[in-house]
Amino acid sequence: MPVYCPGFSARRRSLLKGLGALGVGLSFMSRHSLSAEEKKLNFYNWDTYIGDTTLADFEKATGIAVKMDLFADNDELFAKLKAGNPGYDVIVPTNDNLERMIKANMVMPLDMAKLPNFKNLDAVFQDAAFDPGRKHSVPYLWGTVGIGFRKSKVEGTIDSWKVLFEDPKYAGRLALLDDAKIVIGSALKYIGQSLNSTDPAVLKKVEELLIAGKKNVKVFAKDNGQDLLASGDVDLTMEYNGDILQVMTEDDDLSYVVPTEGAEMWQDCLAIPTGAPRPENAHAFINFIMDPQTEAGIAKTVQYATPNAEAKKLMDKTYLENPAIFPPAEVVAKCEPALYLGEDVTKSRDEVWTRVKAA
Amino acid sequence: MDSWRGNLRVFWTLFTPGTFWLLIFFIIPLAWMFGISFSEKTSITETEFTGTLANYIRSFDAIYLQIIWKSIWISVLATVFCLLLAYPIAFGICFVPVRWKPLLLLLVILPFWINLLIRTYALIAVFRSQGYLNLVLGWVGLGPFEMLYNDGAVIMGLVYVYMPFMVLPLYATIERLDRSYLEASLDLGGSQFQTFWKVTLPLTMPGIITGIILVFIPCLGSFLTPDMLGGANAIMIGNVIERQFKSANDWPFGSALSFLLMYVTFAALALRAYLAARSKGVDV
Repeated sequence: MPVYCPGFSARRRSLLKGLGALGVGLSFMSRHSLSAEEKKLNFYNWDTYIGDTTLADFEKATGIAVKMDLFADNDELFAKLKAGNPGYDVIVPTNDNLERMIKANMVMPLDMAKLPNFKNLDAVFQDAAFDPGRKHSVPYLWGTVGIGFRKSKVEGTIDSWKVLFEDPKYAGRLALLDDAKIVIGSALKYIGQSLNSTDPAVLKKVEELLIAGKKNVKVFAKDNGQDLLASGDVDLTMEYNGDILQVMTEDDDLSYVVPTEGAEMWQDCLAIPTGAPRPENAHAFINFIMDPQTEAGIAKTVQYATPNAEAKKLMDKTYLENPAIFPPAEVVAKCEPALYLGEDVTKSRDEVWTRVKAA
Repeated sequence: MDSWRGNLRVFWTLFTPGTFWLLIFFIIPLAWMFGISFSEKTSITETEFTGTLANYIRSFDAIYLQIIWKSIWISVLATVFCLLLAYPIAFGICFVPVRWKPLLLLLVILPFWINLLIRTYALIAVFRSQGYLNLVLGWVGLGPFEMLYNDGAVIMGLVYVYMPFMVLPLYATIERLDRSYLEASLDLGGSQFQTFWKVTLPLTMPGIITGIILVFIPCLGSFLTPDMLGGANAIMIGNVIERQFKSANDWPFGSALSFLLMYVTFAALALRAYLAARSKGVDV
């Protein structure tokens, strides 16, 4: 039985709860032990993003006590580690942020000999475009960014980004995420391009599409699209699947779909930041997470898709057959992870976003 | 009073903490940002001081000037509404029986005890299309009205947040107002209206100007309120700056925009000095 309490569930990107992370100070120093590492580990994670007993089980199994700090978004994680690692051993960056951190030498290469449980992962997750050969990271959980909607307020089947980007039918009743990368990426998928396209002409086309479609948009949701949907302020919203899944458990009239054009498929990964004081413990922890029992416990609590093939065998049907968690295979085939495209592309996309917002 | 030269120990005791504070928490960070605004990014995490003006030139791109202009008029409107609402409130507090004053002043500053983010979420709960206000209006057969997610909502949010900064300086000046001036004006045949325009208003001008500055400046740099309450067009320069320090990872450009905003603020302060000089005789 999944321990899934609706009020306190998988809202890892929730702004309010992220405030909790602000309250958690860093009181530890990086201590380099010469021989054996002391039995401690500092884990920097998203909120509500671990199994109920995972950390306690790990301590029981290895004697290593885990101290978990929380961050609210990738920007916060990046900013905290930008000027040097304040003492974290394991972090959970999302694909493109991870790639940026690899390129900035902010994460360490992994020692695969110490991660025998890696074999439990689904074959497609054993390699990644953003971390070729999985030298620096292992996948933790994954999901999509699609459309959350109110079934009684829409006509026909919702299966295309058109309803958010072009269709005047839902004018004033829809929200987009306030996130340049995701909105531009989704619009690129809609016009049949890769969401990692860097072609200026294509980007220009997306800009025009977004500016023209903006008159239909009620609000660019700051990470609260699911609340806007649940409260009836909007009837359609671009959101992370986990956020919509949470409000779906409270309201049967809500649904989630990944458009047939494809969408961003994000992947949160476990990695060891450069300068981690206890890399041995970090490897032991990452290996422990990839154990099928552990991973199944996590998936049951947070209700995100697991990349662990062995763990899936331990899960029940309601989880495995939920299309909001695992979209149909043909849709997944069209989804892509966002890549880190370099600082210049980040800048030009930010400028596009400024023009769209100000238009 | 003795010259400070005669009491050096006292002077240094009083001078050191404040100066130290100013240096560590204001001058050094600001100087560092000023340096960054003339730097170039050399890698994902590093910047190098090159004396480049590129960040400032980019700040003068039409799109950013347009956003700054929009930030200015939103802040001006918010300040004007603040003043129109706060003046009667401050006046009222000054003229109630003395025992009520502490309670009323407490009510003015009470919202500061709750974090801005929480209060903004509360505003959303009250004003959204199925919020409490529309619920009440529904009972009398009105609405529902779309009150959130437009520029009006941003202005309302700013007025709500910064109102105490307007009320308190106004209260301080109105409280000091010598009531015999008002009586003299009325005795000499001035109407209530004339008394207000020709006596009360000029005498309380210092409080008005202080209040305007205290409200206008933070409004200009706000980013949370437009993010949460604004609609699809809600973008203020604070939002652009925030993005440069977060998702866009462009600290040099963010710093340049911040300094540009600071120059606008200096212009506002210069305006205050000009107005002060004009209203000679009144200590602003």
